[in-house]
Amino acid sequence: MSVPEDFSVDEASLAELVAPSDLRSAKASGDRILAELARHKYDSDTIFAIKLALEEALANAIKHGNRNDPSKHIVIRFHIGDEHAAIMVRDEGNGFRPNAIPDPTANTNLERPYGRGIMLMYAYMTKVHFNEAGNEVWMLKENPTRPPAKSKSRSLRR
Amino acid sequence: MEQPSSHLKIRRANGVSVVEFADRKILEELSIQEIGEELRQLVESEAGIKLLLNFKNVDHLSSAALGMLITLNKKIKEHNGKLKLSDINRQIFEVFKITRLNRVFDIHETSQQALAGFQS
Repeated sequence: MSVPEDFSVDEASLAELVAPSDLRSAKASGDRILAELARHKYDSDTIFAIKLALEEALANAIKHGNRNDPSKHIVIRFHIGDEHAAIMVRDEGNGFRPNAIPDPTANTNLERPYGRGIMLMYAYMTKVHFNEAGNEVWMLKENPTRPPAKSKSRSLRR
Repeated sequence: MEQPSSHLKIRRANGVSVVEFADRKILEELSIQEIGEELRQLVESEAGIKLLLNFKNVDHLSSAALGMLITLNKKIKEHNGKLKLSDINRQIFEVFKITRLNRVFDIHETSQQALAGFQS
């Protein structure tokens, strides 16, 4: 699956990481993305949101997608810009149907110790798309504090 | 008295076990299983345990952490104990609200308020 059209992200601007399918390697990849967010001066709430959603996507890919098989890999593609952050996580698993996961906020499911990851990704990101197979997720987060466009700031300085 | 522990700082106050997390990133995916195991052992060591989890050092958590807390809460109920949470920062409390788990857990603003709640 290529970048979802409504993300308005150029495919050529994406960086790619391929990591062994374990939590420690995934964290190292996640830390690279978080460093990019800090470099682009995303605010604390936005970084919190992206970190949470990314960690859920990576944990899903490793545990449910690749079923903790250390011989498998996860692929991460990302573009961190001033306006938005786009992140893709893909595993080598058979995928799943996100709609088939019961609502974890329903009273009957509240005390289940699992099943909140996907819901948190939708809650904290601006857009979330799964591919048809369900082994690849694209997430977009708008930067609510993005700096004004350059042309504007130039004209202000004059 | 503080007991040595790799992930948790545990002290006693008025018959309550007060637990703090040893570092800020503690509720990340990597350490969750170990923390869950440490807390399980603590709960099983004392029937009717009164346990206060102080979140003042916590600035991140995941759905795995929430799952661990739910399992811990059930375990404590099985042992006729009580669990309270305190000092949860705004961002973390938002996660509890979004997941509606603020209805499952007994959450207090400060550890003093939570400790007073155990006595009443």
